[in-house]
Amino acid sequence: MSLLFETTPDGVSRYIDWIWSGLAWTLSLAFGAWTIALVVGTLVGVARTLPGGIWPRLGRIYVETFRNIPLLVQMFFWYFVLPEILPQRIGLAIKQMDPPWGSFVPALVCLGLFTAARIAEQVRAGVQALPRGQTAAASALGFSRGGMYRLILLPQAFRIILPTLTNEFMTIFKNTSVALTIGLVELTATAREINENTFRTFEAYGVVTLVYLVIAMLAWSLMYWIERSVQLPSLVSGSARK
Amino acid sequence: MISISQVSKSYGTFQVLKNCNAEVARGEVVVICGPSGSGKSTLIKTVNGLETIDAGEIKVGDFRLAPGVTHMAALRRSVGMVFQSFELFPHLSVLSNVTIAQTKVLRRPKAVAEEKARALLARVGLSAHITKYPAQLSGGQQQRVAIARALALDPEVMLFDEPTSALDPEMVNEVLDVMTSLAKQGMTMICVTHEMGFARNVANRVLFMDGGEIVETAEAAQFFNAPESERAKAFLARILKH
Amino acid sequence: MKVDLSAITSVAPFLLSGLLFTVQITVVGVAGGIVFGSLLAVARLSNNRLLSTFATTYINLMRSIPLIMVIFWVFFLVPWAIGWLTNGGRPVAVGASLTIYVTFVLFEAAYYAEIVRAGFRSISAGQYSACEALGLSKFHAYVYILFPQAIRNVLPILLTQTIILFQDTSLVYVISATDLLGAATKIAQRDGSLVEMYLTVGVIYFLFCYTASQLVKRLQGRLAYGAR
Repeated sequence: MSLLFETTPDGVSRYIDWIWSGLAWTLSLAFGAWTIALVVGTLVGVARTLPGGIWPRLGRIYVETFRNIPLLVQMFFWYFVLPEILPQRIGLAIKQMDPPWGSFVPALVCLGLFTAARIAEQVRAGVQALPRGQTAAASALGFSRGGMYRLILLPQAFRIILPTLTNEFMTIFKNTSVALTIGLVELTATAREINENTFRTFEAYGVVTLVYLVIAMLAWSLMYWIERSVQLPSLVSGSARK
Repeated sequence: MISISQVSKSYGTFQVLKNCNAEVARGEVVVICGPSGSGKSTLIKTVNGLETIDAGEIKVGDFRLAPGVTHMAALRRSVGMVFQSFELFPHLSVLSNVTIAQTKVLRRPKAVAEEKARALLARVGLSAHITKYPAQLSGGQQQRVAIARALALDPEVMLFDEPTSALDPEMVNEVLDVMTSLAKQGMTMICVTHEMGFARNVANRVLFMDGGEIVETAEAAQFFNAPESERAKAFLARILKH
Repeated sequence: MKVDLSAITSVAPFLLSGLLFTVQITVVGVAGGIVFGSLLAVARLSNNRLLSTFATTYINLMRSIPLIMVIFWVFFLVPWAIGWLTNGGRPVAVGASLTIYVTFVLFEAAYYAEIVRAGFRSISAGQYSACEALGLSKFHAYVYILFPQAIRNVLPILLTQTIILFQDTSLVYVISATDLLGAATKIAQRDGSLVEMYLTVGVIYFLFCYTASQLVKRLQGRLAYGAR
């Protein structure tokens, strides 16, 4: 553990600063992607539950595309392929983004849209798990489609899917590590860098692993607290009550 | 053949069996009845060790059950049990359901086990359904298979825990008929049941339980015609109204 | 957008060999993962405090850290572990394939364990009672009655996890292994055909995973116990 407080090769910072930096990137990427994922995922999930027309089909195409290609391949697509296939000027602009952002932005978009597909499926399942009567009652009361989803269906659906959303939230932290392949120096990349600089592998990997474990525990506690505070007795699936 | 002496059991602070005493002679048919929550199911499950006891002693033939006795294998070979929810093994055919315990527990050769299974299934009237799976049978048929499954081990005692409570009314009789013929053949039986007709016509004795105690024990005819305790009188009045 | 098809067809054999390795990792990961995962699930349910604590800790640990981190760890530890077992302590150089197989078995087992555990919980309590009442030994009860039902109840989820495993194999990129993605990357770097390679790989993965997930959906319909 003393490793943390030793000075790095550049003579200016200590290794613990590297860890802070890696952690900061991991957290920014995770929370940023989570926000995108929730918004896009809800929209796509809702689209899939609509009665007819083009929206359910578009939603399905989105979900199937983003779920059946590995995250890493998607990451490469956003980072390497997209700038090449866009019109010259836009592609150039993307490639000229300064280093951390050049990696961060594609990673953010990629991870956000990837996770959105998974959230979309969960939202769809949640809405479809509600009794048919809810939609009927809302219509009878004169709710518009939008109002019905916003005020009646989604609040209930989200409570039902809270446990699976929790899982997804914890998964997103783990998936941030994939961004190291396009140059983002997040936590796992930091572990590798510290190892390459000091060869004290056990300590380098060990500290980062501990940080991940702490993140996992905190994330789990946060979601557990959210689950408890929005609980409705009739919708509890049995997970947070104990 | 079976003697229950001073048996008590508690779940935490709730005492579910209070100092129960009973004797069952070989070939006797005893019915345990009483209001819900009186401990009837728990009592019958102590006889084959599915529930442990905190105090007292139970003797089944030469086998002695007391608090702390854990090795039940020998006991279960001589005591058969039929459950309210049938509990057939859904992934096995009817024939396999009846042979599996014979081959795995009694180590009978497969051919012998199958022959016995066919004979028993014929006895309960289900020869035509040997290759079917439980999900393809009605409740009454499933329960009859369950009875055959228990009989396959040649038990000396048969325990029935509300065998007809989960059945639609028109199927109750087919199961009671099997139980009646079993009784006529001299099987020692303890039945927890609400079927007063069966109790009146087939049982030798009735044990009435309420609040964890055996409140009254009497010959069947006497119990139904002239119950002694107030609680038994109240119970019968409620049950026999229809 | 200019895509050069010949750039793809000329390197097809190399891509196929990468795909083969991907499939190999998947097969080993699934087989080893389900076996080890089932043992973990049973261990977790056992009355032996030490065993259940070990299983629970292992499962939670593996599920909390990224696969890339696990890959780094295993790559670091396996030479030492083998050395400790055979060489009296000094690390032994070990082939990348073996280490990759070990990584995926160890990692995916934690996920399979949770799925198998859910399978056990989906069996009604009465089934355990019926096994007990018939005098079946714990071993016989698990092998012949409980485990078959558990697996059957969660088969779709098990298969979906396998599809995820198939996708996870792409992460061996971080140690420059030559799976499908690794092969594509090497070609892309040699020939400058980034767009073609990554698009091709994307399409291949999509076809495999989409087909597989559709088959799983079909299976889900057929798995009900055929109630009347």
